[in-house]
Amino acid sequence: MSQDITIHLTDRDGEVHKLIAPIDMQMNLMEICKTYELPVEGTCGGMAMCASCQCYIESDHLLTERSEDEEAMLSEAFFVRDNSRLGCQIQMTEAIDGLKVRLAPSE
Amino acid sequence: MIKTDILIIGAGPTGLFAVFEAGLLKLKCHLIDSLHMPGGQCAEIYPKKPIYDIPSHPEILAGDLVKNLEQQIAPFQPGYTLGESAVSIEKSADNQFIVTTDKGTQHQAPVVAIAGGLGTFEPRKPPLARLDFFENKGVRYIIKDPEVYAGKKVVIAGGGDSALDWTIFLEKIGATVTLIHRRNEFRGALDSVEKVQELKNKGSIQLITPAEVTALEGDTKLVSLRVNNDGEEMTLDCDHFFPLFGLTPKLGPIANWGLEIEKNAIKVDNALDYQTNIPGIYAIGDVNTYPGKLKLILCGFHEATLMCQSAFKRIYPEKRNVLKYTTVSGISGFDGSLKQAVKSTIKAIE
Repeated sequence: MSQDITIHLTDRDGEVHKLIAPIDMQMNLMEICKTYELPVEGTCGGMAMCASCQCYIESDHLLTERSEDEEAMLSEAFFVRDNSRLGCQIQMTEAIDGLKVRLAPSE
Repeated sequence: MIKTDILIIGAGPTGLFAVFEAGLLKLKCHLIDSLHMPGGQCAEIYPKKPIYDIPSHPEILAGDLVKNLEQQIAPFQPGYTLGESAVSIEKSADNQFIVTTDKGTQHQAPVVAIAGGLGTFEPRKPPLARLDFFENKGVRYIIKDPEVYAGKKVVIAGGGDSALDWTIFLEKIGATVTLIHRRNEFRGALDSVEKVQELKNKGSIQLITPAEVTALEGDTKLVSLRVNNDGEEMTLDCDHFFPLFGLTPKLGPIANWGLEIEKNAIKVDNALDYQTNIPGIYAIGDVNTYPGKLKLILCGFHEATLMCQSAFKRIYPEKRNVLKYTTVSGISGFDGSLKQAVKSTIKAIE
């Protein structure tokens, strides 16, 4: 039986959106944002090769570690902070139910 | 003046495939692209990445997809204006569109198809104060005429191939090069990384990692950079600073062509033919939007096909609709080539 999780996302204007995301569709946060028509480009299609889906994690959920590709991209991204992640690398799983996240400024 | 039937702005997969569909209808195409090679995002951002949702290709590298498309459209002899961006459009008295690029090249066609993807690729600019002011006064994102940097103090920031390649090249021609990157690892061709390591070991270049440029200094032109090197602030004298962080697409001047724009994309009539609010200008692929739009290459192919049918009717209103099955008549190239199935042999058995 599949279930949905909730993501609390703050957009670039400070508005908070409650995103309901399925966990059985192998979706990532960038794709969920696009589904909700939030201003996330996802230029590279989710391959950690652009930083258009960069976001800041604002809750203490334990996420999977950054991959080598994600580290490399974040090292060339702008407005990067310690809690920066690429949305396309965050998979929707039960473990991140209730995640609080904020979109990084667009480049 | 370059003259053609369909002027396609953007030589990504959708624009390239439009050449094929137009060719079946005997319409000639010319493509304009800001990049120096065809392929758009597939060529610039992810040529080595596999794509899995191209019909009949269980897996294909983005670069190979582009190569195949170029091969597929070759019989229709498309023209290319590469390395130039379309900046303005006007309509002539005889119902033709004149499109001019940033380098002044003029193109004329009765139909324009914008297949611009997410837009023109422009350098990614780091968010540094007064960066705009220092552009061309010490700051450049694209290195032209590299010889002028011989004997100069040059700082390059970035961790990819272009940062590595220019470090190697500029050192070779006698510039004093400092390479700055936010971490110790570089994402580039292995031999470039090894070459830079060798230059660093020899003391031929200065490598500062993990570090980041935090400010640009100078009154009338750039004279120094503030750098944060692993938490420590330092000042670096420099004549030229090249932030090389790759390219990112921006819709650019097309946004001012009087086309209806929604969500940074061009609104089209998807019920009919992907035409914009200006008759004769179409928008296909990732650059357009309509209810239910999906930004997928395969959708771009479909849109290109319907656009060509509509363009044909617009160019030849007196002619009947044309639908050609390539299985029946094969492909007659504009170069005189003919591709068709081998005819079956009919021979009696006695």
